[in-house]
Amino acid sequence: MRKTVLEMVYELAKKDKRIFFIGSDLGKGTMDEFKNDFPDRFFMEGVSEQNLIGMAAGLAMEGKIVYVNTIATFLTRRCFEQTVVDLCLHNLPVRLIGNGGGVVYAPLGPTHDAIEDIAIMRAIPNMTVIAPADAEEMRRMMPLTVDYPGPIYIRLAKGGDPIVTEDVKFEIGKAIPVKEGKDALIITTGITLGLAQAASDMLEAESIRAAILHVPTIKPLDSRQIISSVKKAPVAVAVEEHSVIGGLGSAVAELIAEASLHKKFRRIGIPDAFPDQYGSQSSLMQRYGITAERIVEEIRKMRM
Amino acid sequence: MIMAFDERSRQIRKTIIKIMECSKRGHLGSAFSLVEILRVLYDDILKYDVRNLKLPDRDRFILSKGHGCLALYAILADKGFFPEPELWKFCQPDSFLGGHPEHRIPGVEISTGSLGHGLPIGVGMALNARYEKSPYRTFVVIGDGEANEGSIWEAALCAGKHRLSNLIVIMDYNKYQSYGSTAEVLDLEPLADKWRSFNFAVQEVDGHDVQALKAVFSGLPLNADKPTAVICHTMKGKGVRFAEGNMDWHHKSGLTGDDIKQLLRAVEDY
Repeated sequence: MRKTVLEMVYELAKKDKRIFFIGSDLGKGTMDEFKNDFPDRFFMEGVSEQNLIGMAAGLAMEGKIVYVNTIATFLTRRCFEQTVVDLCLHNLPVRLIGNGGGVVYAPLGPTHDAIEDIAIMRAIPNMTVIAPADAEEMRRMMPLTVDYPGPIYIRLAKGGDPIVTEDVKFEIGKAIPVKEGKDALIITTGITLGLAQAASDMLEAESIRAAILHVPTIKPLDSRQIISSVKKAPVAVAVEEHSVIGGLGSAVAELIAEASLHKKFRRIGIPDAFPDQYGSQSSLMQRYGITAERIVEEIRKMRM
Repeated sequence: MIMAFDERSRQIRKTIIKIMECSKRGHLGSAFSLVEILRVLYDDILKYDVRNLKLPDRDRFILSKGHGCLALYAILADKGFFPEPELWKFCQPDSFLGGHPEHRIPGVEISTGSLGHGLPIGVGMALNARYEKSPYRTFVVIGDGEANEGSIWEAALCAGKHRLSNLIVIMDYNKYQSYGSTAEVLDLEPLADKWRSFNFAVQEVDGHDVQALKAVFSGLPLNADKPTAVICHTMKGKGVRFAEGNMDWHHKSGLTGDDIKQLLRAVEDY
């Protein structure tokens, strides 16, 4: 996904001179093609996130479309005020590409685990938040980021993630009904779509038909589609590689409560605690129960 | 040392006091140290057109120390960016003039208030000018307390690296911040050496001496291969003897009619 998103920035920049790229201190060779072909639109400005965001804002105020890339925790936590004031208050077309949303950087520990990035980005007025499920969805989404108004936070997964989406039209702000099913609803964002598909297959074996609604855009939230899907299902579960506070599950819970839907609903995500283990993305997700098995279990329990 | 104080310097300060009469509050000390810097920039240096605010080649001006906005508002109104009566609505619910400047104000490029944001944004604007081969220059006025922020020095590293000779940092070095003197709170010295070590060309000047400011600002960039830092030695509350260097006047609220009269008289007598 990371490779794809940077390739897409390069492809888009070939066609549009307004597109600039700013990195912090990315790995050697990152974006070499972009740097060689468009050296005056390429910036690698070091471990200085506050400056990167301000600089991106200054360029965007002058009509440029700026893609900024670094590790998700640094891009969301370190320069949060620059994001709020410089980007969102001025409503500028800067695209923040956060590497390693969730627990991708598990071996590097809690300073690198982006467990609340969606929550904090979602809370800022004017910000759009997108978490594609795989590289193909990323490829469909990226061209739309060129002329979309205001700032966007793009949450990347690990890279080499399995392709789980079908080639359907991507619209920013639209949820994608992936599968119909009358007995339960699984709502996903980012890579948890794959978990939902596995869970849905497992439930199928028990003759439980689980629908899947994929929500790559967490803000603006496709309230109409979510409410409509929840209405049709007796039970619903939201699954995300993110804190249960403030992410997809919270957003959906708010909708369900305010629409007075009185549905059985569960959130699956990272509990309100810092990761206390290393291992891998997969082992941490196991630890937190962000798995197909847990989705099945929660749906079973709610149906009892 | 007290420099000769002319009628224009006096008039701008009186306008600031009148604005504060309406709101009964404001950052008086922080605005008064800025008056001569801003008047010289807007009278003699900056390129702008009040009838075409988005003139592509206009010089970009950022008041990064947004709490000095009363001086900026007085000058923008004086120059015709917006009608003078707007000043008397300062901080009212329906006013566009608040305690920190916002980009919806005619003539204000960016919203500031939180410190340390203006210089990184100015770096972006200056890089854009270079990319577009546009002659505009970017002027960023920062405070001394503001230079406590790490983001100022991140941006300084970046400006130095890119040799942004079209970027001018002007520091209102009035030697005081909210709690006390900058020397006590977080000493900036040796300040000129700091900017030099970040690859800036540096000039120090008396920030209340109109002729000296004009001479420095007319000779920019100081070095065709470096960004410029102009350190303006100023006095907090300049123009009102009892407010000069007096921390009680960094920000004032609850001003009475008598306070206002006393302030106006003090400026008159200066």
